Amino acid sequence: MSDEILKVENLDVHFRSSASIVKAVNGVNISLKKKETLGIVGESGSGKSVTATALMRLLPKGIGSIPNGKITFNGKDILSLSDKEMRDVRGNDIAMIFQDPMTSLNPVFTVGDQIEEAVRTHQQISKKEAKLKAIEMLKVVGIPEPEKRVKMYPHEFSGGMRQRVMIAIALSCNPKLLIADEPTTALDVTVQAQILELMKSLQEKNDTSIIMITHDLGVVWEMCDKVIVMYAGNTVESGKVKTIYDNPLHPYTWGLLESQITKNTLNGNKLPAIPGSPPDLRNPIRGCNFADRCPYAKEICKTTKPEPIEVEEGHIVSCHFQTKSNRLERKELVYIE
Amino acid sequence: MSEVVIKVENLKKHFPINEAIPFKKSTQSVKAVDGVSFEVFKGETLGIVGESGCGKSTMARLINQLIRPTEGVVEFKGKNLATLGSKEIRSIRKSIQMVFQNPYASLDPRKTIEYLIAEPLVIHQIGDAKSRKKRVIELLEVVGLSGYHAERYVHEFSGGQRQRINIARALALNPDIIICDEPVSALDVSVQAQVINLLKDLQRKFDLTYIFISHDLNVVRYICDRIAVMYLGKIVEIGTYEELYENPKHPYTKALLSAIPKENPFDKKERILLEGDVPSPVNPPSGCSFHKRCPHAMEHCKKDIPAFVDLGKTQKVACHLYS
Ligand SMILES: Nc1ncnc2c1ncn2[C@@H]1O[C@H](COP(=O)(O)OP(=O)(O)OP(=O)(O)O)[C@@H](O)[C@H]1O
Ligand SMILES: Nc1ncnc2c1ncn2[C@@H]1O[C@H](COP(=O)(O)OP(=O)(O)OP(=O)(O)O)[C@@H](O)[C@H]1O
Ligand code: SF4
Ligand code: SF4
Ligand SMILES: [Mg+2]
Ligand SMILES: [Mg+2]
Repeated sequence: MSDEILKVENLDVHFRSSASIVKAVNGVNISLKKKETLGIVGESGSGKSVTATALMRLLPKGIGSIPNGKITFNGKDILSLSDKEMRDVRGNDIAMIFQDPMTSLNPVFTVGDQIEEAVRTHQQISKKEAKLKAIEMLKVVGIPEPEKRVKMYPHEFSGGMRQRVMIAIALSCNPKLLIADEPTTALDVTVQAQILELMKSLQEKNDTSIIMITHDLGVVWEMCDKVIVMYAGNTVESGKVKTIYDNPLHPYTWGLLESQITKNTLNGNKLPAIPGSPPDLRNPIRGCNFADRCPYAKEICKTTKPEPIEVEEGHIVSCHFQTKSNRLERKELVYIE
Repeated sequence: MSEVVIKVENLKKHFPINEAIPFKKSTQSVKAVDGVSFEVFKGETLGIVGESGCGKSTMARLINQLIRPTEGVVEFKGKNLATLGSKEIRSIRKSIQMVFQNPYASLDPRKTIEYLIAEPLVIHQIGDAKSRKKRVIELLEVVGLSGYHAERYVHEFSGGQRQRINIARALALNPDIIICDEPVSALDVSVQAQVINLLKDLQRKFDLTYIFISHDLNVVRYICDRIAVMYLGKIVEIGTYEELYENPKHPYTKALLSAIPKENPFDKKERILLEGDVPSPVNPPSGCSFHKRCPHAMEHCKKDIPAFVDLGKTQKVACHLYS
């Protein structure tokens, strides 16, 4: 499709650690159009950040590698670009916001200096113009008294204001794709609501595509058109947000949706919970990564990896028993203490 | 009404700021907890919600006697803790236990699980080596682990399992009340549910009272009987979970609830977006400390501190709209 901005096919990411290879990401597929927002959800260690880092080609050199896969961004084959070409892409077309706004700002420079530097590495403009641009960007992200604020240091800003600064820096080059890795996880709900609102309005204005990494399904319902559910390095299910909510098919997605506490969870009732905890990726897993926690697992799940299958248009599931012709009968989750 | 386990009255904790200004003694302080009063009844779970820095953890530490109040009173079963001798305080400490947020930082990695769980028993000189070992195994089973885990070290456990170990440790001394400070915030959703179920189960089994601190409004609503909403060191509203969630009164409570992300992709949410950030607890705004961000602020909100108003059954609110 012509307005497809990003296509990721069968992406694998491996890490070399002391004794073994960590298969952090296995066969991830992404398709993202202009102005679309894709959510990536999954628990800690499921490979969300590693996927984003691989897209930016920022994996640690010599440790992280991409043994398989193809990344096409805006028509360019990302994995075959030279380092210099990739730097250009990162500065101009893809920008990233990280979870912790404190560690990603430099404490010894003023906030203004840092925005100016970002602007000047990508645009040929004078120092004076860059200063004005910095003030303008702070205004855009809703920081009051920007003329005063540009002269202040990161520690003089609250967490929410620092995240606004990160957004200002990320958007100063008008990227086509913004990757936001848990941009609101460290923030309070009222500030989270402000930041999500801000991201939506800036996306509307600039036609930006967004990849939103989060472990909070509420943020997915709020922001995203499509979602990828990851578990232990695999995409277990992906599709339109409404499809995944209305007709989830993977047993892990079922568990995730059911154990989420919402306002409809009755006070006093017991919570359905998935037993156990995620596998250690340092040990090779032969079958389905979810097998030791899955209430539906059979012999084949322990020996053979399920392939991703498009069960209906745009809805992809990786489970031996959820195919075009075959469906699992959903049972209630057990109540675990 | 059942027995009052904890009673807090006009509790304040002001941390002095040591500013390096020559020849000038600093008189400024962080008003972390600034005049808080409430009661906790036996067997209930009282939730405390509010944004980062509003004083939740400081209040927990005050109740647990980890720090001393600047002003005000903490009572445990009718006894004013400030008037007790050190021996009595020691015995009351056994009855008030805490579980902290970070399951990774709160357990010493060089010690076995047996050592960690038995430690409170050793400190309070309860039992001998043999009976302690028996108790450790019993506690491990109570929190859903197994006796053979006793010999292991912390790094062999996942986050959720570590939080179970913390809970076992808190249970060792048969407390009356456990203060849980963000006990599931660092855990994944699928593991959060396991730990919450465990806490609820233990409450029933051992007739425990909980103070449950969290910034996750859905979790608090689910687990708590009553909820107190804090803003800048003060409680602005308190009530049962039905009262607060079905019929919030304070403008801050309303904004907080409206900020919870959507329940599903079809949910249409009316948002009350607050202006700006939480002000500094060093110089909280005059009058009602919420007035700079409040969509309903009136002229006298800038001058007069709103008193607590009873709104019927158990709901109380501190806002001039209701006085
Ligand atoms: N530099 C590295 N060396 C070895 N393993 C790594 C490295 N970086 C990440 N990993 C491993 O890759 C896996 C995926 O990690 P990743 O950071 O993508 O998780 P995540 O889904 O972003 O989790 P979280 O929600 O905690 O941020 C983990 O098992 C992690 O230990
Ligand atoms: N020992 C201390 N000295 C000085 N200030 C302190 C101290 N402990 C806490 N504070 C301040 O008191 C205020 C309340 O802190 P507290 O940790 O109680 O907040 P909280 O509600 O638990 O926040 P969070 O949700 O981030 O855990 C904050 O402004 C904090 O910086
Ligand atoms: S493949 Fe087997 S173990 Fe994996 S999700 Fe499906 S039923 Fe469960
Ligand atoms: S007292 Fe005034 S400023 Fe404070 S919450 Fe009520 S209306 Fe708003
Ligand atoms: Mg991550
Ligand atoms: Mg705290």
